[in-house]
Amino acid sequence: MRPQVILHSFGYLTQAAGVTLALSLAGILLGFLVGSAVCVARVSPRPWASWLGGVYVSVFRGVPLLVLLLFIYYFLAEFGLDVPAVAAAVGGLALSSGAYQSEILRGALNATPKGQAEAAVALGFATSDIWRRILLPQAFRLSIPPLINEFILLLKASSLVSVVGIAELTRVSMNIASLTYRPLEAYVGGGLFYLAINLGLAAVGAYAEKRLATGAAR
Amino acid sequence: MSLETFWRYVPSLISGFEVTILCWAAGGALGLALGFAIALLYRLRLPPLRWALRTFVEIFRGTPFLMQLFLLYSGGPYIGLRLSATAAGILGLGLYSSAYFAEIFRGGFAAVPVGQIEAALSVGMSPFDTLRRVILPAALIAAVPPMVNLLIVLSKETVVLSIITVPELMYQMQTMAAETFTAFDAIFAMAIFYWLLVEAVSRLGRRVERRVTAFMTEEARPA
Repeated sequence: MRPQVILHSFGYLTQAAGVTLALSLAGILLGFLVGSAVCVARVSPRPWASWLGGVYVSVFRGVPLLVLLLFIYYFLAEFGLDVPAVAAAVGGLALSSGAYQSEILRGALNATPKGQAEAAVALGFATSDIWRRILLPQAFRLSIPPLINEFILLLKASSLVSVVGIAELTRVSMNIASLTYRPLEAYVGGGLFYLAINLGLAAVGAYAEKRLATGAAR
Repeated sequence: MSLETFWRYVPSLISGFEVTILCWAAGGALGLALGFAIALLYRLRLPPLRWALRTFVEIFRGTPFLMQLFLLYSGGPYIGLRLSATAAGILGLGLYSSAYFAEIFRGGFAAVPVGQIEAALSVGMSPFDTLRRVILPAALIAAVPPMVNLLIVLSKETVVLSIITVPELMYQMQTMAAETFTAFDAIFAMAIFYWLLVEAVSRLGRRVERRVTAFMTEEARPA
């Protein structure tokens, strides 16, 4: 093992780590929009909407991410849509993460006491105000720690987009491995970057959990 | 693609499915055993050992599975670990899942009320008997729901093995797609197939879970 290899490629790995972070961040933010929409559909009183939401979650949690990413890739090719690979990758991450995030949001929504919404109705709050002022703020607060956890999972899952040729951390590690003939060092180096990012995120998550635990609706 | 052409690929697809099941079962079993061993060793309260186990778990939970596979499969030979793709895949799945299983078992152990352990010791049970008859039954049952969950997640992770050329279902399907120029049809079929597979496994898992925790009251049952 020659650690110099890691040091020499430090610049490339840092840059690639930035790409990984950007891809995951875009995926989690878009996924949050998808997840919110699916969550709203699932808790909707209309049976067809909640059924559709349920099907979405079942499909996007059931299909492995690698299959989903390749599906999007070939789907775009089949219909001649000229979409950059990065957009396809972020889209795939967002669609998949949206399914998981909708479950997180739904769980948080269920955890807010029913009596509060009933009390708001009794006091004459409009439905939109009940959501905006009572349910959503509390649900969001409860869902921050699991959302950070989901971000860590998504960041690791983003290594799969290397198969469609995007120069993120895993792909760059592969390139370094084949250029230097030193796969051991290349993958240990790439792995250390993932580890550093994830441990940082986990620390943020632990802090958020502690902060939010004080004064939460319990 | 004509049905005739497809028919010629059926044997390779079936063998791919067998490899998928093999990797899942063997990798899952390895991970279960390793994870259980880690959780048991963790209970010994030896600081250096605990520190080492913690590091192991954090490394395998903090890095992508694909990265671990690459390291094992193409980095392994440099430290004298020469494995076939399938062996590397099974070992990789086992190591990766062992970190998660260890955390599950640790949670299970934590769920056993301390009073029960103290009671067992105070009526004169040996530490080993306490472990075997008091701690383990309660801990294992508390661990069933997350275990089922993890096994479902693992069934999806087997797809990643195709990247290091393990001849499982995804790999065979991609070979077929490349030879017959039917990438879209093939991946569409794969998506449907895995969805049905995971859905079936999840339902089966929930039933096993309900059966094992059937004696519990509704509140005591882990969500």
